[in-house]
Amino acid sequence: MKFERYEWLAITIMISLFIFVGFIQGWSVSLVILNMCIISAIMTMGVNISWGYAGVINFGVMGFLAMGGLAAVLVSYPPIAESWQTGGRGLGISFALLIVLVIAVMYINKVIILKRNKYILNSLLIFFGILIIRHFYLNATHNIEDVNPAIAGFLGGLGLPIIFSWIVGGLFAAGVAFVIGKVALGLRSDYLAIVTLGISEIVVSILKHEEWLSRGVKNVIGLKRPVPYEIDLQNADWFINLITYLHSSKLNYIIDESDRQQVLNNLIIDGSGIFVKLSYAILFLIVMLIIFYFANKAQLSPWGRMMRAIRDNETAANAMGKDVVKQHLIIFVIGAAIVGVAGAMLVTLDGLFTPSGYRPLRFTFIIWIMVIVGGSGNNLGAIFGGFVIWFSWIEAAPLTTFIINQLTIGLEPTNALKLHLLDSVPYFRYLFMGLILLLILRYRPKGIIPEKVRHS
Amino acid sequence: MTDFLNSIIVLLNFIIIPGISYGSQLALGALGVTFVYAILRFANFAHGEIMSFGAMITILFTWFFQSQNIGLGIFPTALLALPLGITATIILCIISDKFVFQYYRYQKSVPVVLAMVSIGVMFVINAIIRIIIGTETIKFSDGQKFIMKAKQFKVMTGLNEGLALKSSQVITILITILLLTFTFWFLQKTKTGKSMRAFSDNEDLALLSGINPDRVVFTTWIIVGVLACVAGTLYGLDKSYKPIIYLNLVLPIFASAIVGGIGSPFGAVVGGYVIAFSEIMVTYAYKKFFVYLLPSSLEPTGLVQLLSTDYKFAVSFSILVIVLLIRPSGIFKGRVL
Repeated sequence: MKFERYEWLAITIMISLFIFVGFIQGWSVSLVILNMCIISAIMTMGVNISWGYAGVINFGVMGFLAMGGLAAVLVSYPPIAESWQTGGRGLGISFALLIVLVIAVMYINKVIILKRNKYILNSLLIFFGILIIRHFYLNATHNIEDVNPAIAGFLGGLGLPIIFSWIVGGLFAAGVAFVIGKVALGLRSDYLAIVTLGISEIVVSILKHEEWLSRGVKNVIGLKRPVPYEIDLQNADWFINLITYLHSSKLNYIIDESDRQQVLNNLIIDGSGIFVKLSYAILFLIVMLIIFYFANKAQLSPWGRMMRAIRDNETAANAMGKDVVKQHLIIFVIGAAIVGVAGAMLVTLDGLFTPSGYRPLRFTFIIWIMVIVGGSGNNLGAIFGGFVIWFSWIEAAPLTTFIINQLTIGLEPTNALKLHLLDSVPYFRYLFMGLILLLILRYRPKGIIPEKVRHS
Repeated sequence: MTDFLNSIIVLLNFIIIPGISYGSQLALGALGVTFVYAILRFANFAHGEIMSFGAMITILFTWFFQSQNIGLGIFPTALLALPLGITATIILCIISDKFVFQYYRYQKSVPVVLAMVSIGVMFVINAIIRIIIGTETIKFSDGQKFIMKAKQFKVMTGLNEGLALKSSQVITILITILLLTFTFWFLQKTKTGKSMRAFSDNEDLALLSGINPDRVVFTTWIIVGVLACVAGTLYGLDKSYKPIIYLNLVLPIFASAIVGGIGSPFGAVVGGYVIAFSEIMVTYAYKKFFVYLLPSSLEPTGLVQLLSTDYKFAVSFSILVIVLLIRPSGIFKGRVL
């Protein structure tokens, strides 16, 4: 993989932004932003794969992220035996019945030819089937939610290391994407956008209200980390030695023993925080580079060429014998899976799962701005978009405060307008996002790092 | 007999009246989306924010009038401020068209690019609203709150169940009837309306017949501004104004427009009511209703609720998906998707 000069420039800009923030606002802040930037970049790559490679629009980002988050909970949270005892059987029965119902409906669809009879039979079957299933299901979920509602009240998970959930999250999202794709992919792109947006809302509202599964709005907290805890680090000898070694020049200046211990303690507390964030960053970076490598490989492969052909002229590709519907489904599922991985990583980073935090503005539209700004069809562009947009999303607030203070420098500090503007600083980021998107769409519609046109 | 009447009153009070007023708000919103879709040919994600903007301006003027002690007596002051809100919304629509959408129209961009552009506009308007008015919930309805209170009704008829009629509901329904009549009259009878329909039907043919596209687009934005501002204000008047809620309202509005058949104004109106009623009917607990109708031995033990109210919004998307699966062109054949 060879980068062009402007691509090297983009990479340099990204790195120097973090170094800049590191010096101005501290390395801890810089690493926090970096971690979210990497996750955003992975989400953006996921969307970019379906939109940039094949022109399949995916506005369901929020839903797939939430599925990834659910995976993190279900994989890492220790199982709650009591909940399984009280409600496990009822849930099992209702799911078995659900499968029976689905098979029965499919059977009827196959056997009965007359359309009217088919509809009547099916709706009767579904109605009564759901009534029966509801009976078992509501009982079971009620029992589960009654188990120690203050700290449990749901089934718990498998109790495995959370890092496995990154794969499981991808699979969950892929599963949901498969169903959505089967249903909706035949639609024209803007309808597909609306439908995927709607379905992602449904997914999130299910996670919000099915407490037996995800604890709903009560949130799941205290998920285990894949990296060490600060408190363990602060008591670990090797870490204290490392910090002493790194700051030996500074520490040697301090002669007084107790002062020196004080400074060292502060350094260790700071250092442990940075160490944890750095380990996250390294883990995330590895995932990002793996996905980037394979995404690029896929784009350059014959399969990627076929995807471009389908994107650029569906009819012609179809005429050449390419199964457009199938390929659309495949790429939609792959893209969603990558978003799901990012969703699991997001929950891993936060250590908590808050279904009500999934909002389309933040988790669907911002990601799309990243894709458009970075350059659809170019993976490096996607990463760049993720980094730049998340960076400006975070740094918009300090920047706005600065600008407002400069503009209103002549006004009294108690001036109503000035106070009002300073109060609404957090909202200016939406303005920036909108303006960035509009400007890019107008003057650089292919994005900052556009797709490379290959003639081969 | 009284049991039967009581059950009817329950339905009226909890399903039909709220359904009609919510449906009217959705219908007006969906009509705006459909207009943009039919004439400008893109899905306007910014429509919710345009509604919110209109409501915001109306609220600002309402506050101004209230501070000047200008009011309408028993009617909410917002009605007085509404024309000003409408004007501002129209100006917003036309500005956004001039500076943003027009360029892509001349470029003949594909619809999905325009949808992205509308997301950009959505962000900008969203930011403006939040900067001006914040994110707090605002109640701005004044005047007489109820036309008929539940207690009054009970005394009047001697029934067990009360029927409450909020003035905001009546206003919503009246204004909707007025606005819909005017819009359909405009589309069917006036020359501009006819040219709009022609333009929506077949753009090339319309251009060949000497229809000025810029004028059609201009008129469209005016109508969209009026509809959006009225819909937004009525929704705010009925349920209190909250800037964030309008983003969530976009999806039911899209659902209404598509369910009715996008591009078909009549379909959008019907779709609005379909979505509103199904949201309310699926999530309503029918226990009270059955208690009156059935003999006491058959009385239901549970709430008799199909889905919990948490899934209210999910219902509209489910209907959207089902309609797209079974009849992609909507109830009234709109454009084939």
